[in-house]
Amino acid sequence: MTSPPPALLEAQHITRRLPEGVTLVADASLKVERGEFIAITGPSGSGKSSLLYLLGLLDRPTEGRVLLEGRDTASLSAAELANLRLKRLGFVFQFHFLLPEFSTLDNVLIPMRRLGRLKDAAARAQAMKLLEALGMAEAAAKLPEQLSGGMRQRAAIARALANDPAIILADEPTGNLDTRNAAAVFDIFARLASEEGRAILVVTHDAELAKRANRRIHLVDGWIVSDTRAG
Amino acid sequence: MNLIFDLARGMLSRRRRQTLVSVMGVALGVAFFIAIASLMRGFQTYFIEQVIDVQPHIIVKDETRRPLPQAVEIAHPDGAVALSGVKPTERVRGIRASSEKMAILEAIPGVFSSPILTGQALLRYGSRDVSVSITGIEPARYRRVSNLEKDLIQGRMEDLRSTANGLIIGIGLAQKLGVVLGDSIIAVSPRGVSLQMKIVGIFRTGITTLDNQAGYTLLKVNQILQDRPNVVNQILLKLNDVTGAEALARQIEERFGDRSESWEEQNRNILTVFVIQNAIMYSVTGAILLVAAFGIYNIISTVVFEKTRDIAILKSLGFTEGDIQWLFLLQGMIAGLLGAVLGCVLGQLMIEGLAQIRFNTETPAGNDRFLLVHDWRIFAIASFFALLSASIAAVVPARRAARLDPVQTIRGAA
Repeated sequence: MTSPPPALLEAQHITRRLPEGVTLVADASLKVERGEFIAITGPSGSGKSSLLYLLGLLDRPTEGRVLLEGRDTASLSAAELANLRLKRLGFVFQFHFLLPEFSTLDNVLIPMRRLGRLKDAAARAQAMKLLEALGMAEAAAKLPEQLSGGMRQRAAIARALANDPAIILADEPTGNLDTRNAAAVFDIFARLASEEGRAILVVTHDAELAKRANRRIHLVDGWIVSDTRAG
Repeated sequence: MNLIFDLARGMLSRRRRQTLVSVMGVALGVAFFIAIASLMRGFQTYFIEQVIDVQPHIIVKDETRRPLPQAVEIAHPDGAVALSGVKPTERVRGIRASSEKMAILEAIPGVFSSPILTGQALLRYGSRDVSVSITGIEPARYRRVSNLEKDLIQGRMEDLRSTANGLIIGIGLAQKLGVVLGDSIIAVSPRGVSLQMKIVGIFRTGITTLDNQAGYTLLKVNQILQDRPNVVNQILLKLNDVTGAEALARQIEERFGDRSESWEEQNRNILTVFVIQNAIMYSVTGAILLVAAFGIYNIISTVVFEKTRDIAILKSLGFTEGDIQWLFLLQGMIAGLLGAVLGCVLGQLMIEGLAQIRFNTETPAGNDRFLLVHDWRIFAIASFFALLSASIAAVVPARRAARLDPVQTIRGAA
């Protein structure tokens, strides 16, 4: 009997405690599979962002372990974790975090150039394709400050997709957006999950938007209190 | 890496004015260093060249460094013998077997020697008496070790031979005595010998003591004047390679026992002054570069502080701590490099500006301007230290940037 293929991302009883003793995430276990669109919800301070940073290898759990494609990440060095983030993960934050000195296109190119998998011309073509898919083709040469809030966030999503990651992690990506733009961002995530098979983890406190995800994880005081799959 | 360089450039360009100020700080340090160094080196090189040019490279004297050992000391080398009140033995002063010694020295390739006898004399012309130092020379040999021929403004060296009791004197001396070429004067030596001499040449070296107090005649004539027949009291040596002077002087002293002084030994006090002068120069420019380094530290620290969000996103995108450290170190180096390049240009302009200045005084060599040396090594040293200090200054903020925790920053921004 062959063992089932490992989950794309798996957390095994992870706890994150601050040195002062505050527990951010308590004994959380979950598996994330390809094509899943997961909304992480909960009240402010419930540890949903902290859980996302742990799953995104930006932070290390105090206890438990995080496995990416079956590989235990606890023993990896900071540089190896950075390399995994570069290749397999894409981040979108509430604030767009685009580098203000660089055009939209150049911002998308930064992770590609860091990885160096594509030659210059090919990377540019790929970045343009990503921007076009998000309706951002005409904004490619513009600086972030010349873009609207919704466009900035779409540029940030394009950057997160730059190295074709398996997992997109988004922390309140619609927190600074109006309802229409927020809905557009969630549409993009839904498409990335269903059409491209990427796993999407979105932290949000907007219950309406969370309903669009096909799985919802609810946190209270650092504990996972519910993990439900939509129909 | 190309990407890191682009990022570094982008970040610096946002703080253009502040970057420019710190770059100017480095540039001024570099420029001052270049200007001061070429000024000092120019002066020192000129001075040393003058010294080497005017003086023989080695002077072998009729002295020993230590008094000759007494017979009893030779007999009991380990004995507890103390002698006091021993007077030096009466002996004819002068270098013994000078012609044999010179033959040995001349056999060394690139070494030229000339025997001389120096002594004091009083020159008397009408009612004027001037005390001078007379050097007896052999013109054919002397011209190989000295510049006297070049310094002659009237007369020729050969005239020493063709004229009985010919004498060459300095321009200052001629003015003091009020003599012109062809005049006859009386020379009186401490031994009481008095000779009638004829001025056959007048020289100007630019060195006042020489121009006012020196005279040259034939070796034979001076031996008569000083009443020291066949005596040579110095052998002057000129070397093709001046750097070998000290070593050769030590060899000669070892072999002949006669005190031999290289030009370095004769001018040790001046050379020591140069060492101190250089130390002052390096500390002043070092201080300027130190201030410039604080400027670099300041700008990089500011950029790191301002760019915490960018650092956080770069880290979340997969940049390592090493990448981030390199990113900010590179910014310091870019500022340092810009400063160095700008400083070299500025330094060059300063040199050219200094070269335009004319003094209203008559300096010894007839120079009325700064003596500047144009050496690419000065530019290289200045640039290297600018780059080094900028890099060191950037290390601390760069390390701080590398250690920033992206989670903290992102949390704070939300």
